[in-house]
Amino acid sequence: MRVLRMAAAAVAILAVVGGAEAKDWSKVRIGTEGAYPPFNSLTADGQLIGFDVDIAKALCEEMKVECEFVTSDWDGIIPGLQAGKFDAIIASMSITEERKQKVDFTNKYYNTPPAIAVPKDSKIAGTSDADLKGIALGAQSSTTHSNYAEEKLPSADLKLYPTPDEYKLDIANGRIDAVVDDVVVLSDWLATDDGACCKILGTLTPDLVINGEGAGIAIRKEDGELKDMMNEALAAILANGKYKEINDKYFTFDVYGG
Amino acid sequence: MNEALTLLSFGDQGWGDTIARGVLVTVTLALATLPFGLVIGFVIALAKNSSEPSLKLAANIYTTIFRGLPELLTLFLVYFGVQIGLNELVKLAGYDIYFEVNSFVAGMVALSLVFSSFASEAFLSAFRGIPHGQFEGGYALGLSRFQTMLLVILPQLIRLALPALGNLWLILLKETALVSIIGLEDTLRESSIAARVTKEPFLFFGIACLIYLVLAIISSSGLARIERWSKRGEVRR
Amino acid sequence: MIAPNPRTGLKPPPLAKRPWTATKITGHVLMAFWAISGVYLLTYLLGNLEKPILELALPFLSGEWEVYASDRIATHKFDSFLGRYGDKYISGFLVTLKIVGLSLLFGAALSIPIAAARSSKWKILSRPAYAYVYFFRGTPLLAQTFLIYYGFGSFRPELQSIGLWWFFRDAFYCIIFAFSLNTSAYQAEILRGAVQNISRGQWEGAQALGLSKPVTFFKIILPQALMVALRPYGNEIILMIKGSAIAAIITIYDLMGETRRAYSRTYDFQAYIWAAVIYLMIVETLRRVWDRIEARLTRHLIR
Repeated sequence: MRVLRMAAAAVAILAVVGGAEAKDWSKVRIGTEGAYPPFNSLTADGQLIGFDVDIAKALCEEMKVECEFVTSDWDGIIPGLQAGKFDAIIASMSITEERKQKVDFTNKYYNTPPAIAVPKDSKIAGTSDADLKGIALGAQSSTTHSNYAEEKLPSADLKLYPTPDEYKLDIANGRIDAVVDDVVVLSDWLATDDGACCKILGTLTPDLVINGEGAGIAIRKEDGELKDMMNEALAAILANGKYKEINDKYFTFDVYGG
Repeated sequence: MNEALTLLSFGDQGWGDTIARGVLVTVTLALATLPFGLVIGFVIALAKNSSEPSLKLAANIYTTIFRGLPELLTLFLVYFGVQIGLNELVKLAGYDIYFEVNSFVAGMVALSLVFSSFASEAFLSAFRGIPHGQFEGGYALGLSRFQTMLLVILPQLIRLALPALGNLWLILLKETALVSIIGLEDTLRESSIAARVTKEPFLFFGIACLIYLVLAIISSSGLARIERWSKRGEVRR
Repeated sequence: MIAPNPRTGLKPPPLAKRPWTATKITGHVLMAFWAISGVYLLTYLLGNLEKPILELALPFLSGEWEVYASDRIATHKFDSFLGRYGDKYISGFLVTLKIVGLSLLFGAALSIPIAAARSSKWKILSRPAYAYVYFFRGTPLLAQTFLIYYGFGSFRPELQSIGLWWFFRDAFYCIIFAFSLNTSAYQAEILRGAVQNISRGQWEGAQALGLSKPVTFFKIILPQALMVALRPYGNEIILMIKGSAIAAIITIYDLMGETRRAYSRTYDFQAYIWAAVIYLMIVETLRRVWDRIEARLTRHLIR
């Protein structure tokens, strides 16, 4: 009995110590990938730029907190959040059920459909599963697009790459016949010299379960306070025109979506 | 040919300086791993050589695990697992600090685990090459167990284990390439970034291979020197 | 109890007690650590079975137990990790075996001419063979794989014109090619070392018996050399199994590839734990089987 009581006391003390700790959000570390132009990418001298980055800066300004950016590989970005390498992920991460098991999301901050790009001389007729039967389809791993391809395009031969850079290399030299990614990301790439090889075949109809309701900001489950702060700030920049300003800096259309 | 030279030059146009930084990271990582790997490996060998069965078994489990796992997997286990585990522990203790296992440390820990389990085998077979009389002789001279180990056994042990350890060093140098996958900017990672940006994969991966080859050649000649030095006391028979 | 000696009636001295020395304590502490880790790991992995077991048991439960069981089932929103990814792991395991098996086979075939050239008297043969072996043993397998996969990929027009593009287009063929070249260099060294290890007397004896050189080599030298080479060959197989994990980096779904895919979808750390368990089982089984084979084949050599 004595042991039990002592254990209970110890747990109580730990709980008090743990509960007394209220987090101070004067400084927030934002995780992003830095390899997903035009949403987030690194310049040659190591500066982060892109839509996500500007939105993050606007949010921090609105919340009156100091923000610090941390880059992480995409595969390790949710583990990185959970492990505390940063406090929020602003990296075009789609809000999905599977991810909600591990982290919380704010409301969406943009929503664009996925699309398929192919080499200019490609003979693929359409974007349906039947059209893509047996072709080698590239996608970035751990993305909603790769999940979409796995579930909705099972006849295609899916190849997963750690970053878009690798699938770009492989579609350029003809190792894969098509790639699936966000329409904005693909268009941005096709507009460069690098993307001269290819064209957009068509957009895909997003699936709410797989693609989610759009891209949100991922927060650790226990940091409800930060999530509320982010949601308020997001509503504020949407209302005061700051969001539109950033939107127009990068795009000729509205990425917030319906 | 000229284009390739421009790409490899140092400065704005070329990737020479970037890759050189990567080489520095590769060499630093290997050198930082070496002492840990050697010391842990030696301790494990002592444990395997001990007469206490539980200690022997514990050491054998250690080597079975880290010799059997693919190095890449060990690296992932350390990079993701240790961080999650450490932070859970700290949270359990009620503190609100967090540990960050960066890719350099993760690489160092993972490579030390692998290196030490192979090194322990090298030390163990060297132990078997030292006659028991050497210990007894040490004790007979009034040296303590520790002194005997340090002054009598260890110098002979190093000489006997040196060829095997040299091989392990060469393997270690090559295995550092795996850390490029968890994002450490070593030779291979810098080369593959250059390959992607310039669209010259053959050139840059070829260069990366050559760099590792040069490191291996330098190491081999260095090791040959050390081996000769370690044998200077041997009587020619 | 040991019976006293019937002739002298003396009892043997008692066995020396093993006192709790520092080494013994350390040993036990470390073993306790391993045991606790093992049990923790086991319960962690067996957590997978909670949902299916409770679902099986549910029809037989009633009252409080039924409520408890259905509550527990409701906490599992998705099927267990193993239920969802078990099949994937098996297919990944088979791909790994295929890669390792094919590479070792092609590597073995390739290693014979390389070893022959390497021990040739003519420098025109031995020098390139030496360079080949040095290159593949001196550089990381990962860098070689990238060189072949991405490097050769950039020579598409040239490869197409000689009709080899279909080969280099496929990641699977590329990895087999890269691994075969790599292992052939190691196997050539094993083979050469083993053949050189056979004493000259064997050659001379065969010559005295009037056997031709090829017959001597295949009937006398090679069987003995393979015996010597058994252990290094076993090590090479294990190295290959471990090395094959890097196939995952170039889009192949081997065991490691499936592991990474499962982890990237669930962020559940047991993805890597399962991979570790499977790899350890493969390597340990192989090591033990190989030890048996070696003991059996060399039983006539034991004195």
